[in-house]
Amino acid sequence: MVSVGKQPVSAMTFAAELPHTVIRSSRGWVSLNLNELWHYRELLFFLAWRDIKVRYMQTALGAAWAIIQPLLSMIVFTIFFGRLAKVPSNGIPYPLFAYSALVPWQLFAFALTESSNSVVLNERLITKVYFPKLVIPLASVLAGLVDFLIAFPLVIGMMIWYHITPTWALLTLPLFVLFTMATALAVGLWLSALNVQYRDVRHTLTFIVQFWLFASPVAYPSTLVPVRWRPLYGLNPMAGVIEGFRWALLREAPAPGPMLAVSVLVTAMILVGGLYYFRRMEKTFADVV
Amino acid sequence: MSNVAIRCDRLAKQYRIGERETYKALREVITDAIAAPFRRVRSALSSSSNNGHQEESMIWAMEEVSFEIQRGEAVGIIGRNGAGKSTLLKILSRITEPTRGQAEIWGRVGSLLEIGTGFHPELSGRDNIYLNGAILGMKKAEIARKFDEIVAFSEIEKFIDTPVKRYSSGMYVRLAFAVAAHMETEILIVDEVLAVGDTQFQKKCLGKMGDAARHGRTVLMVSHNMAAIHALCSRAILLEQGRSVSDGNPLEVTRLYLDGFEKQSNSGTIDLRSPSIPRSGKTSIFCALRLKNGAGAPTTAYLSGDDMVLEFDLEPPFPVPDPVLFVGVDDNLGRRIFTVSSQYSQTEFPALDRPLTAICTIPGLCLLPGRYSMSICVGTSYDWSIDLIVNVACFDVHASDYFGTGRMPPQDLGAVLVKSQWQMASEVSPV
Repeated sequence: MVSVGKQPVSAMTFAAELPHTVIRSSRGWVSLNLNELWHYRELLFFLAWRDIKVRYMQTALGAAWAIIQPLLSMIVFTIFFGRLAKVPSNGIPYPLFAYSALVPWQLFAFALTESSNSVVLNERLITKVYFPKLVIPLASVLAGLVDFLIAFPLVIGMMIWYHITPTWALLTLPLFVLFTMATALAVGLWLSALNVQYRDVRHTLTFIVQFWLFASPVAYPSTLVPVRWRPLYGLNPMAGVIEGFRWALLREAPAPGPMLAVSVLVTAMILVGGLYYFRRMEKTFADVV
Repeated sequence: MSNVAIRCDRLAKQYRIGERETYKALREVITDAIAAPFRRVRSALSSSSNNGHQEESMIWAMEEVSFEIQRGEAVGIIGRNGAGKSTLLKILSRITEPTRGQAEIWGRVGSLLEIGTGFHPELSGRDNIYLNGAILGMKKAEIARKFDEIVAFSEIEKFIDTPVKRYSSGMYVRLAFAVAAHMETEILIVDEVLAVGDTQFQKKCLGKMGDAARHGRTVLMVSHNMAAIHALCSRAILLEQGRSVSDGNPLEVTRLYLDGFEKQSNSGTIDLRSPSIPRSGKTSIFCALRLKNGAGAPTTAYLSGDDMVLEFDLEPPFPVPDPVLFVGVDDNLGRRIFTVSSQYSQTEFPALDRPLTAICTIPGLCLLPGRYSMSICVGTSYDWSIDLIVNVACFDVHASDYFGTGRMPPQDLGAVLVKSQWQMASEVSPV
């Protein structure tokens, strides 16, 4: 028999320091509250892990997709841009030139798409449980990293094939991976919050990604852009990301210089703006989604 | 040191009507922006009739709710649909912000507005325990420590590595509740989650929540199940149209809530003088029937175990010697559940030769929750139907903690509640 307490029982545990929360209507800009985000880091990893696990469970080819996509793109680019259009590649074998850009591009495109749709897709979570919502787009970006790690070894394989030895610049590669994810997150934060209000975002996303691909030096080198215009070209942060990637991997690739500096600055601005915008819109998510 | 766990101070929440559907297409926003100046001109021309428009499209889901909950209290929130119960829980769970007022909470909050939030159908039970636990705010180490306990509570050990999409709905609910039941927050906020799952498991959940309340945790729950409220809560708060209208002893507050239904239908007094009353007897003797509760207040809503008092105003057109009264109660399927009569209880009434009032008390209604209809009859021992009115009144029985255990048999196991005592003997004694 289950007995149930009908009388209020005085609390047995008198934890001296109970967290104190005040709930009231917040107005205007709110703090990022990164402390709380840190507190929920485990949820971040669980959500990323869920995305990865579910994605590979539901596909017949599983992890192979992560390689197939950039590989096929590389073949098409090599045939049409490399062989037929004779696009220069700074003396780097064109397939390696294209693939070394396609891998970070794939990471960016995937992380951007997933994070932009993430808030709307996780509607159930948002309307039923409290947690810092920043976790959602962050987890989507993080989940993209796995595809990157699967596709990346092929770059090494191709470098060995073409007898290209890396320089010390290789050590900076993790920074560029981080930079790629930061750029995807920066834009993804804006789009995911906008997506809650305006569902058009979802439809424009494929167009944005496609457009952005051709605006970035994936199939062609940024050296095609006149030197004095290159910092301006850096306003597209992916220009800095991709040229930085090539520079870190391949001896022949030129150092991105001022273009990279502009890209980093642009990403930082979009990211900080995106974080605050997201935090500001966050409180209305549950009512609107 | 203050012992308050939750304090709500004039909380209010305003929604735009249909706000949940109002995500817009960017196209509309742009056309709106273009049309706006024209509209403004038009509304300026057409006097101030448009001013109220803004107000009209907004509704207050909660107007003013204030209360204070001490640590270790188990409080039930009751009220009709739309009274603001869910909004209150959403605000306290920090899912949505109040429009006005503020709430203060001391302690970690575990909120259970839905069970199985974040469950992914493709993932196994094991994976979902971790995922759901993390979503509910548990640490990985904490989940790992309680994993076996959670699995045991859910009773699905064999299927723990099967994707939950292959689970029956019952298994799904059991697993989901098992995770939630192992949260270790100081405050637990629960929304009607007990309405799901099979009865057996519901009881187990009730027991588990009772444990939570007894271990000094603060529990705030919304339920339509009065039995659950009685069994678990030390206090109840009644919300009506976004305001807290009553706060106190769960029995009294639920009574008030049920009386609210009552006021809407009728007051328990039925005038039987009208010629439109379908009578099956020879003449009309009944001229009024009053349904009351044990305290003498008119009502048509009872709790299981309540006393029922019936008063009959009798005006015989001719003297009736040795009158006998019958009351029959049918369930909503028309099955006769019981009949009481002054004859069976050997009450001898004086001859009906002037207007009189007969009073019948049925102590401790042993009925399951539901709607019942009543038929009444007056006669004599040899002519039992001088005045017979079939289905003269309806009354409702609501769940209560009839057995004092928070448990009640489901409808399909019988129509009446019967108390029993059980014991186990080591040997069957010879007859």
